[in-house]
Amino acid sequence: MPFNPFRRAKIDVEDQERIDRSLEKTRGGILGRLGTLFQANEITDELWEELEEILIMGDVGVETTMKLVDATRDRVRREGVKKIEDAYQILKEEMVRILQADAPPLDIDNPHRLLTVVLVVGVNGSGKTTTIGKLANYYRKKGKRVVLAAADTFRAAAIDQLKIWGKRAGVSVIAHKPGGDPGAVVYDAIRASQESRDADILFIDTAGRLHTNYNLMKEMEKIRNVARRQVHKAPHEVLLVLDATTGQNAITQAEKFKQSVGVTGVVLTKLDNTAKGGVVIAIADRLGVPVRFVGTGEGIDDIAEFDPWVFVESLLEHDKRT
Amino acid sequence: MFDNLSDKLQDVFDNLGKKGRLTEADVDRALRQVRLALLEADVNYKVVKDFIVRVKERAVGADVMHSLSPAQQVIKIVHEELINTLGEAAPLNLSGAPPHVIMLVGLQGSGKTTTAGKLARRLRKQGRRPLLVAADTYRPAAVKQLEVLGEQLDIPVHSEGVEPPPPEIVNRALKRARREARDVVIIDTAGRLTIDDQMMDELVKIKALSKPDEVLLVADAMTGQEAVRVASDFHERVGLTGIILTKIDGDARGGAAISMRSVTGVPIKFVGVSEKLDGLEPFYPDRMASRILGMGDVLTMIEKAEEVMDKEEAARMEKKLRKGEFDLDDFLKQMRQMRKMGPITSLLSMIPGMGQIAKEIDPEATDKQLKHIEAIISSMTLEERRNPRIINASRKRRIARGSGTTVQEVNELLSQFRQMQRLMKQLQSGKRGGLGGLLGGFGL
Repeated sequence: MPFNPFRRAKIDVEDQERIDRSLEKTRGGILGRLGTLFQANEITDELWEELEEILIMGDVGVETTMKLVDATRDRVRREGVKKIEDAYQILKEEMVRILQADAPPLDIDNPHRLLTVVLVVGVNGSGKTTTIGKLANYYRKKGKRVVLAAADTFRAAAIDQLKIWGKRAGVSVIAHKPGGDPGAVVYDAIRASQESRDADILFIDTAGRLHTNYNLMKEMEKIRNVARRQVHKAPHEVLLVLDATTGQNAITQAEKFKQSVGVTGVVLTKLDNTAKGGVVIAIADRLGVPVRFVGTGEGIDDIAEFDPWVFVESLLEHDKRT
Repeated sequence: MFDNLSDKLQDVFDNLGKKGRLTEADVDRALRQVRLALLEADVNYKVVKDFIVRVKERAVGADVMHSLSPAQQVIKIVHEELINTLGEAAPLNLSGAPPHVIMLVGLQGSGKTTTAGKLARRLRKQGRRPLLVAADTYRPAAVKQLEVLGEQLDIPVHSEGVEPPPPEIVNRALKRARREARDVVIIDTAGRLTIDDQMMDELVKIKALSKPDEVLLVADAMTGQEAVRVASDFHERVGLTGIILTKIDGDARGGAAISMRSVTGVPIKFVGVSEKLDGLEPFYPDRMASRILGMGDVLTMIEKAEEVMDKEEAARMEKKLRKGEFDLDDFLKQMRQMRKMGPITSLLSMIPGMGQIAKEIDPEATDKQLKHIEAIISSMTLEERRNPRIINASRKRRIARGSGTTVQEVNELLSQFRQMQRLMKQLQSGKRGGLGGLLGGFGL
């Protein structure tokens, strides 16, 4: 069975066989290549080129790829590394170092705070609502009282979708009518969380917006301000939901969302055996925004806190296809 | 990030001097920049490799044309080759006996359901009678989303909730289409991760029983290196006839378009340009090529301008411009026309080399400024607008009061206008027609 750190449990034997089958043809080809590369026991120019290719193919982006390869090469020379496996290990260390991004620990599960407000933002179709459903379930299982705010009043049926997730996760959802004012939804949701529901955590689902849409970005700032006026230092976390298949545009997205609402972390969604979301390395590198969670499937349990080592291992496996 | 490949190439060639022919070394240096630009635009690594080889073959030894600098020459070759790769604009192929079936497939979150709505609207505008089919029974509320869209558009949606197997839903939808004389059936299928064999099998089944005229892959313009994989998987398993690229109203370069086109060979048929239901446009390879290279989208901008501008009015205005008779009244009219075209930043970002400027402009401040200008001119008498020279100090005070601005602001506007008039006179002999005029009108 191939090593796949992201797919968590709940795969029955038949499923697993099916996945194995679908991966077989993709693994065969390059496994050979990578294998040869790292067993050659000699560090050559081709190695660096190959590393560059693997990283770019993983959406790490040219700039951060160059930086990583240079840093690895420098260390390899300085430390007199001879074996390719060791060079490979150094690359992983450099990647993990970037991914750690000097960020403070995730601040959602905070027993000293009465109500933690988490704003969830992202472009259309990145998986915000699904992510919130999973997060609600994740924290409820940890014994937290969770409330969801349906502040995506724009997309047809977004409110219904959140309600379905709320039901699955067993948490309450505060919603208004479609087309309503998102700020008012947030206001009510905070009131309800503080009073009747006595909640620990409130997740706010916002409408998907392209970061280039000026008015919608302003609307999101308003949502944040509504939260801030009601709860001290809220929102305590602002999570940007990012589709793992996104390319270099993710950097601009993160930059814009960071500018307008102060993104504190990324949730990488739709990771599967091929989409690895390497662009988050560039985001951590250039914007200092860390990844907090990874979403892997459609099931409610398919979410995990981010582990940079697991991520890096999986990213470098990326090219075991072609 | 790259803003403009042309500028980068200009740098490369600046110390080249005036040679009549591109040498291999020149081309190599230029192509390094091209390669980086394409990778930053998310064109697949392997696709870039092949592309660079093709461009190199064409570029080495090419005679530099008199009218072009070497940088422009390389850009031209790259641009042409990109257009070739992107293929031609292709319309929907709905021939044979109705009902025609269009099947939309794609990953989760790529925008299938919204696109289904947009497509239905577009086809109805062309006189068709579309029926939407909600065959995405997996995603919570997907069926509901399509129903809401159908309601908004007043187009019927065939939905049976989330219980029945999608192929059966499609089967009954086709019967209904025949019964109700619907001539196009648009099937919204479930989004999926590529590894999901079960769902792929289901798509194959739906395809087999509905015999679609078009199987369109709906893909996000922001997709990275993965685009190749997604497109080839769907193409291999289901067989595609075209691609719809969504969310290009964002600022993604959209290199995915090249990747997907290269691996599947099927044409890109439409692009999704906004969340609104009228946001679906035909695909233009030349524009996409410019966008991927970061060369702006002058064509789109000109077209947008033409849409908004009354043709006759534009012609009249141009005549006035040429004669140097352009007055404040015309300026006001032109400014109002311009504002119909959308926020100034989005217009600017379509002009090559202006991308950076657009980013630095605060659209709100600019809008405010434009409103002030409008207010000032509106507070002038017609006589004053036609002949600003008569505006003396007391008139200025009146205008400032009337428009809620200050005399300083009035002065500023008048001096800008004089500068503009001077510029217009200089340009009179030049060939800069509509576009230059428009920009001039903005004092840019």
